Amino acid sequence: MSTASLIQNIINALQWGSFYALIALGYTMVYGVLVLINFAHGDIFMIGAYVAFFAATFILSTLGLPGWAALALTIPITMIVTSLVGVSIERIAYRPLRRKGAHRLYVVITALMCGLILENGNLALLGASRKAFPSLISEHVYTIGGVSFTNLKIAVIVTAFICFFILHWIVTKTKVGMAMRAISYDKFAVPLMGIPIDNIIVVTFVLGSSFAALAGLLFAMSYPILEPYMGALIGWKAFIAAVVGGIGDIRGAFIGGFLLGAVEIMVVAFFPSTYRDLIAFTVLLVILSFKPTGLFGIAKTTKI
Amino acid sequence: MKRTLATAVLSCSALLLAGSALAADTIKIGYNIPLTGDIPKVGESSKLSAEMLKEDINGAGGLEVGGKKYMLDFIYEDNESKAESAVTTALKLIEKDQVLAMIGPNSSKQAVPAGQIADDNQTVMVSPWSTNPDTTKDRPWVFRAAFLDPFQGPVAVNFSAKTFNAKTAAVLYDLSNDYSKGLAEIFKEEFEKKMGAGSVVAFESHGTKDQDFSAQLTKITSAKPDFIFVPDNYNQVALIVKQAHQLGYKGPFMGSDAWGSSELMTLCGDDCKGLYFSTHYAAAGATGATKEFIDRYTKKYGYVPDDVAALTWDATRIVLQAIQDTEGLSGKIRKDRKAVRDAMSEIPSFEGITGAMKFDEEGDPLKCAVVVRISDSGEFEFTESVCP
Repeated sequence: MSTASLIQNIINALQWGSFYALIALGYTMVYGVLVLINFAHGDIFMIGAYVAFFAATFILSTLGLPGWAALALTIPITMIVTSLVGVSIERIAYRPLRRKGAHRLYVVITALMCGLILENGNLALLGASRKAFPSLISEHVYTIGGVSFTNLKIAVIVTAFICFFILHWIVTKTKVGMAMRAISYDKFAVPLMGIPIDNIIVVTFVLGSSFAALAGLLFAMSYPILEPYMGALIGWKAFIAAVVGGIGDIRGAFIGGFLLGAVEIMVVAFFPSTYRDLIAFTVLLVILSFKPTGLFGIAKTTKI
Repeated sequence: MKRTLATAVLSCSALLLAGSALAADTIKIGYNIPLTGDIPKVGESSKLSAEMLKEDINGAGGLEVGGKKYMLDFIYEDNESKAESAVTTALKLIEKDQVLAMIGPNSSKQAVPAGQIADDNQTVMVSPWSTNPDTTKDRPWVFRAAFLDPFQGPVAVNFSAKTFNAKTAAVLYDLSNDYSKGLAEIFKEEFEKKMGAGSVVAFESHGTKDQDFSAQLTKITSAKPDFIFVPDNYNQVALIVKQAHQLGYKGPFMGSDAWGSSELMTLCGDDCKGLYFSTHYAAAGATGATKEFIDRYTKKYGYVPDDVAALTWDATRIVLQAIQDTEGLSGKIRKDRKAVRDAMSEIPSFEGITGAMKFDEEGDPLKCAVVVRISDSGEFEFTESVCP
């Protein structure tokens, strides 16, 4: 394989890994705070893509704004609406169970069901027909020394990194972040200290869902075909990425996402593409069998 | 109180009697089609086309078989575009709904396994769109309205060699789809026979749910083929073509009949303009009965019918023709199914809107293929017709 192809595949892997990383951040945040695997998260990503679709189409066709302005408006709208959906799920489905002291297993099952409800609700409302996402920015293809990339690909990768640094800053440097870490440390002692635990959980869901929304928007711009089940597979894979990275740790989720993206792309680049998932998941399994808590996971200490 | 009860019972049984009397005068045909899943537009086209035909016939008083008029009852069942659902859907139509014949499934992925069920249960099945040889092979009860991939493959090879002046080719196909995989292999074999070993410079696959093809396309573009052959469903075509352009590929693409959905251009847009694919009929520039069908469908549903719509129309008409040829139904479902099958195999030739067809002993029609070009206005323009 030539150097140009190799660099090309590294760019491909960074772009593909960015989506996993952005979604995995949401999984790991919720797990870190609540020790809950929020299986509806992949479908929150799907909701993000659809919200972006409706917002963008509305702004482009009804308001007649140019593409860049539509994008500037679509980003906050998508993030706000999607985090409302994420928070509603927490309010309707998870909080009542938490109040009743239900076992974690039941909450996980509830999360799975919420995901299915979102998928099938979308199917029932909008039908099975695929939606074509409108192009918001004109894509330019740059070719340097046989390596091609577009402005969109670069934007996706940069966004993923910015999100990670923002989240890392929030968790390590702010009061809310400190509260999150405190809840994950001991969720019974924290309310006694006067920390509003429910509000902190809402903030967690807002953050996780808005990153998923951003991922959904960028995904829809990169792969402009939307369907109700688009979040299922990528959601599961992002969950696996979070586990490999060490679930509960945001560095782990971020690196796990890029690791999975890189393994998937590189397997196809070096082996027949038929073996992609086989080799990709074997590699991840090997990593887990050596480090069962994931790359950054530490057994039984503070998570997040 | 007693009287009201008695009246209720009486009226109920009267209704039941009326119901069974009605049932005796209807012909049930089942549709095993993908209304949800990966290719919902295919199912929709089939359904709308069949509805139009049903309205025609029922509006004229029904189908006359052996001097008796029967109303048509079409049952549409969703196979979710999955192989396993196509099997259960086929069983449901055959056993529970007691259909006389089954139309569909459309894709080979579903038609190959469902064909086995139809054959085992001795029910006539006609797949409108399936092009994989295995669908009808050694199955006397299974027929189709489309041409076969061993015919379509060489059409694509010869056309692209001539039009693109190509010496090398790359192939990207869906590994988990019988249709895509089968056609890709036939294409590779034919192309290498014509251009010499190693002329297919890249032969890459992907999964059905994949959305990112950048690694496969990087491999393909670095091999520098003269064109890329993509025997894939229209939803994936839109993503593949776009991503190839993003990787700087500017050469031509050649496609197969699964491209021909009316939804291709909504999903793909400008990227697909100027590309070619082989298909069953060309809507732009049609004449005669084909044009009449296209005009009526477009007026009724608001878009130009794709090849699945036209093939479903033909498939249903062939079955209805066979039912008429039985010259009278006995009302016993097993006997009638057998009669329909015998009549099917004896149809000498059929003038369909997708061209004239003649069935061989496998139940496959011998018919022509066309190659269309996607014009700048997004229409599928007739370029060339190839007959066996």
